[in-house]
Amino acid sequence: MFTETAATRRKRRSERAARLFFGLMAAAMVAPLLMIVALVLVKGAPAMDWEFLTQAPRRGGTEGGIWPALVGTLYLIVISLCVSAPIGVLAAVYLNEYARESWFTRLVNLAVVNLAGVPSVVHGLFGLGAFVYAMHFGKSVLAAALTLSIMTLPVIIASTKEALAAVPRSFREACWNVGASRWQTIWRIVLPNSISGILTGVILQVSRTAGETAPVMLTGVATFKAIEGGGLFLYHLNEQCMALSMHLFYIRTQASGAPEELSYAIASTLLGVVLLVNATAIGFRIYLRSRKKW
Amino acid sequence: MAARTKIEIRDLRLSYGPKQVLHGLSFDVQEHEILGVIGPAQSGKTSLLRCINRTIDFSPEARVQGRIAVDGQDVRRVKDVHGLRRKIGMVAPLPVGLPLSIYDNVAFAPRAAGVRDRHWLDAHVEQCLRQAALWDEVKDRLGSLGTRLSGGQQQRLTIARALSHQPEILCLDEFSIAIDPVTTMRIEDVLRELQHEMTIILVTNLVQQARRLAGRTLFLWRGEIVELDQTEVVFSERARDPRTIDYVNGIFG
Repeated sequence: MFTETAATRRKRRSERAARLFFGLMAAAMVAPLLMIVALVLVKGAPAMDWEFLTQAPRRGGTEGGIWPALVGTLYLIVISLCVSAPIGVLAAVYLNEYARESWFTRLVNLAVVNLAGVPSVVHGLFGLGAFVYAMHFGKSVLAAALTLSIMTLPVIIASTKEALAAVPRSFREACWNVGASRWQTIWRIVLPNSISGILTGVILQVSRTAGETAPVMLTGVATFKAIEGGGLFLYHLNEQCMALSMHLFYIRTQASGAPEELSYAIASTLLGVVLLVNATAIGFRIYLRSRKKW
Repeated sequence: MAARTKIEIRDLRLSYGPKQVLHGLSFDVQEHEILGVIGPAQSGKTSLLRCINRTIDFSPEARVQGRIAVDGQDVRRVKDVHGLRRKIGMVAPLPVGLPLSIYDNVAFAPRAAGVRDRHWLDAHVEQCLRQAALWDEVKDRLGSLGTRLSGGQQQRLTIARALSHQPEILCLDEFSIAIDPVTTMRIEDVLRELQHEMTIILVTNLVQQARRLAGRTLFLWRGEIVELDQTEVVFSERARDPRTIDYVNGIFG
């Protein structure tokens, strides 16, 4: 028969206290996020409408919409990821699957770790020197996007390497044993089983790309730049563009007389863009995982 | 014996960095024999197999010296290393179901070798699964995941995969440590059948398994050959080295 002693009762109580404590900590994590989203949405709601999203700003940004900035931000995200994701993933595959331990790989790994820690404004200055002046791209969408990809590249390499390393070595050995080449092993087994981890790393960089102000301000984002022409390529690669992060900064600090809800509406849009991209990627991941085999 | 030499190993030395693992092994493996390799852990059994199919190449710190010839051809001079590995089926100690369907697990190697013919693959997958004594249990769910099978089934799947590239040599590395005795017996029956078609190297730390299956038995101890003889000799008082008698009687190791 089991009777509860004083000791087991104490144990049960401390167990419950610990559980409550950890639960509160977890809740404390979520609270700021919800507050930020709620605040931004509530304050921005009055200014949010279809015209706000689809029209160009007027009267120094105090009236009108944010369409060019929205387009510019999407452009920067897409172009910079088109550059950094393939290069980053291929570099990580090389480092994790092909390269032997040598002074070269140690150097590359060291560079990756340190580049990931460089402040974004320094990347901006580098982009200004390298892309804007040395390569004669001028201040442009292209220069800004390339700067952002240099900034996100090391993080993508690091996260991809980790996703690849999570695939058990026994899978690779089983493939090698039946005569599959390294590339066949990578293509048929390693990549399909690490793709969701790789995507997670890339997705996280979307929000970073969308939010950065300093590097794009130095390399290609203007306070006002109307979209000329039209069609699919709304901005040309070699002209300057607007971006939501920069526009928010400008409206809040430089434009006098801009209503407060305008800046919150811009922030809501920025959040919306990031959430939309993330949601798409997460949906893609769920699709991949449903076909995943292990 | 009139049997042909399948694998010829002469003065094989292997070291990982400063640590020498194999100290000059020399022996032959005859065609269609089952060669049992026994010995305690860390005696170099797995390393020996990895030298033969050259997966030792994937350990950058490993240094191999000496000669290993399969069908008279030095494996270290082989240009088509993937072809060499297809000639040698390898079964690892722990079953590895690749994260693919049962069908794709077995079809993986032929596909990697460039086979696309669906009818040939269907027939081949069935044949390999039958040979590995797994067909009856999985024939209705070939599309389900190989990794969801039980341990014993996965080990038979691993054997089916090792057979899928039609090897001439089958190396089994302690294949039974993760599976139950009944499955082990079934696989041992399979091996006796396969002996007519291929040469088998059976690495095992169950000495009785070598006794049941192997024609000749090699006792490897700290990277050196202590004994290599007909199995009934190794397991008798006629063994040359006293350590062999002690080991097979369970006195040490």
